[in-house]
Amino acid sequence: MTAEQSTSDQRTLLSVRGVGKTFPGVRALHNMQLDLRHGEVLALVGENGAGKSTLMKLLSGIYIPDQGTFEINGQAFTPASPKHAQELGISIIHQEFNLMPDLTVAQNIYIGREPRRYGILSERALNRKTQDLFDRMGLKLDARERCGELTVAKQQMVEIAKALSHDSKVIIMDEPTAALNDAEVATLHELIRGFVSPSTGVIYISHRMDELKQISQRVTVIRDGEYVATVDTEETTMREVISLMVGRSVSGDQRPPANPADRADDVVLSVEGLTTPSLLKGVSFALRRGEILGFAGLMGAGRTEVARAVVGADKASFERLEVNGANVQIPNPAAAAKLGIGYLSEDRKHLGLMLERDVKENIMLSSLPANSAGGFINDAALRRTADEYTRKLRIKTPSIRQLARNLSGGNQQKVVIAKWLVKDCDILIFDEPTRGIDVGAKDEIYKLLNELAAAGKAIIMISSELPEVLRLSHRIAVMCEGRITGFLNNAEATQENIMELATRRVSITTGAPTS
Amino acid sequence: MSILETPTPKESKVPAQPSPPLSGKALGLRLRSSLQQLLAFGSLIVLVVFFGVMNSRFLLPGNLSDILLSTVVIGLLALGATFVIITGGIDLSVGTGMSLCSVMVGVVLTYLGLPMWAGVVGGILMGALIGAVNGFLISFLKIPPFIATLATMLVAQGMALVVSGTKPIYFTGTEGFSNLALGKPIAGLVIPNAVFIFFAAATIAGVVMSKTLLGRYTFSIGSNEEATALSGINVRSWKLWIYTAAGAFTGLAGVIIAARLNSAQPGQGMGYELQAIAAVVIGGTSLAGGKGSIVGTVIGALIMSVLTNGLRIISVPQEWQNVAIGVVILVAVYLDMLRRKEAAT
Repeated sequence: MTAEQSTSDQRTLLSVRGVGKTFPGVRALHNMQLDLRHGEVLALVGENGAGKSTLMKLLSGIYIPDQGTFEINGQAFTPASPKHAQELGISIIHQEFNLMPDLTVAQNIYIGREPRRYGILSERALNRKTQDLFDRMGLKLDARERCGELTVAKQQMVEIAKALSHDSKVIIMDEPTAALNDAEVATLHELIRGFVSPSTGVIYISHRMDELKQISQRVTVIRDGEYVATVDTEETTMREVISLMVGRSVSGDQRPPANPADRADDVVLSVEGLTTPSLLKGVSFALRRGEILGFAGLMGAGRTEVARAVVGADKASFERLEVNGANVQIPNPAAAAKLGIGYLSEDRKHLGLMLERDVKENIMLSSLPANSAGGFINDAALRRTADEYTRKLRIKTPSIRQLARNLSGGNQQKVVIAKWLVKDCDILIFDEPTRGIDVGAKDEIYKLLNELAAAGKAIIMISSELPEVLRLSHRIAVMCEGRITGFLNNAEATQENIMELATRRVSITTGAPTS
Repeated sequence: MSILETPTPKESKVPAQPSPPLSGKALGLRLRSSLQQLLAFGSLIVLVVFFGVMNSRFLLPGNLSDILLSTVVIGLLALGATFVIITGGIDLSVGTGMSLCSVMVGVVLTYLGLPMWAGVVGGILMGALIGAVNGFLISFLKIPPFIATLATMLVAQGMALVVSGTKPIYFTGTEGFSNLALGKPIAGLVIPNAVFIFFAAATIAGVVMSKTLLGRYTFSIGSNEEATALSGINVRSWKLWIYTAAGAFTGLAGVIIAARLNSAQPGQGMGYELQAIAAVVIGGTSLAGGKGSIVGTVIGALIMSVLTNGLRIISVPQEWQNVAIGVVILVAVYLDMLRRKEAAT
């Protein structure tokens, strides 16, 4: 590394010139350009569908470009396969990790390159080698731990360690912080700063605007498959970056309309003493008609577990569980649906949608019995209702026969919302409603949530993005390690006092329900 | 809801997604999936023409009727297996389960001396019971389908031998039972009853698959079981019903094979399950679940029996017939994977 230091400083590490890629009927990239300098973190931003992932796939040799050139240290190259890209020094850390959960950390990192003697694997040499790597990186990880038992943040560290073990020059990270809490993000950023040397560089793809300031030197914006601009992070505002991305200006900090329902008799869901063997301890809260109750907290605080327990997806015990004033038992999600409680999972693709089925079937999945007689389905009624809600929720799809997988993240989310509205649920639990959704579409979802609350739905919204929690929630419940550590009314809530509660430094409970 | 009743037309500010290409892609997908069925149907025609050219006896009405008759049993088993496989499961118990069902028909007709309709109902209910046991093991005890039905396959085999005393049961006491399968409804025509029963069963299966809750949930469970459960559908009990329905087809197959042989043969049945699965897979149903069709399965079953019959008629030795069928299965599945891969990119 040091040998190159003096000479290569001025040159560009990686450059993309006039690259284009067309698929049958879709021009995914056109005249794309990008320069990654030595020793820099370059942020790459763009809405979903802007072409980020196509560019990544070109760089990693999954696709071959139709036009244009790539250069690394001034030498032209065309990656022919992911392995080839790796040999050229380009590593990509995908949003979804490529780790084998049943193998150890060390086995994962050196897969395909296991240290051997006379063909016999040496676990000891492997672990030593891995531990050396961790020491160099300053990582506190155990080489012998099974990957499946690690937190998401640690799995990401393993992915980064794997990239570094290849002596990569360029690391491309796709939304590395999508599933991390603030402390973990800080650790990740430190790791990135440690990696960046005068001979290496990082391309950092993110939807979290505030992070770009913290980590990147420059930001390259792309839109609709084309290059838009590159700006110095220091000299720009996030507002400007967002408007470059979407080609228009976006409304910034907003607060929700005043809580319309401060009357205790409007309580539609009351949870008391919710406890699970593994995590939750005595969680109690009340949810009112027309209210958005935000759930904030760090990863692993137990917010998703609360949601899953309430809809009966996981085993849990309640001291008392009331829906619309009546004491109820909810043994499974089917029972929850009957009571009008819908849960929209954070993991849309795996827990929310049937990707290979069309929009109509996804929207109508919960409401088939209501649209059938004697077990026979009334297909005309399904089409009518699905059409109606596609229009109402402004779902962008050429038709209700489109497969769910072909919709953008925002529209997929709307399909899931439509499913519960058709079912006529009055209590909606949104778990990370805007995860993986681009900035413009986020606004649409926010608007929809506000409309739903104004129409009298009671909404629980779990979110790891504090600006989102502050923008939408009338009240905020903050969780830490399986307990609710405090309630805040929107007016008194700030990112700071939410974080304090989330790390349990103080226990403020002003906004607690009166019940 | 009131607020949602006022759709704000063209309010959306999101820059235009590439929707025309998307619709083109969706159209392509649909075309391709019907192409798969066309493909299967086309290969069936090609096979029939090929064997017809190789040996003119192949196309004689008598032989074609034989082919249809030999499709019936595998076809009925495959109809049930289609439901199970679309949920992402597998059922290895249909072959020996069928034997147990035909033994049950023997018990009802020969041992108990009840009328013919009781034997038919008894056989079908036995099949449904086996299916229900499979469904219970899989959805309530969470035993993987492969293991659960491997176990019931052995249990059914054993029970068939135990109940029958390891000997075939003959239907000498029930006049005309064999007519159920071999009788010909239309005097001049050579097509036996069993063939009509098969196509009627296939029609019912097709309607259930496309028009009823059971069919719709079969697809949704196969597409995404957890999302289906979180959508408020009682997946466990629906799965029990799906396996039960599939079992009823096994029962019907048991009745038909008993009538065809005019006896319940407790020792046979093993191996039929794999042929049924092969027919389903050739018909384009994905073992990964979520995709498939009854029409495809019917064509798949026909391809299997056309191959067997045709290879025999052009004097290919028995041992090579198996090789040929094995190759056909590989080709069919590989083509299906190619189609899927294309759809994914």
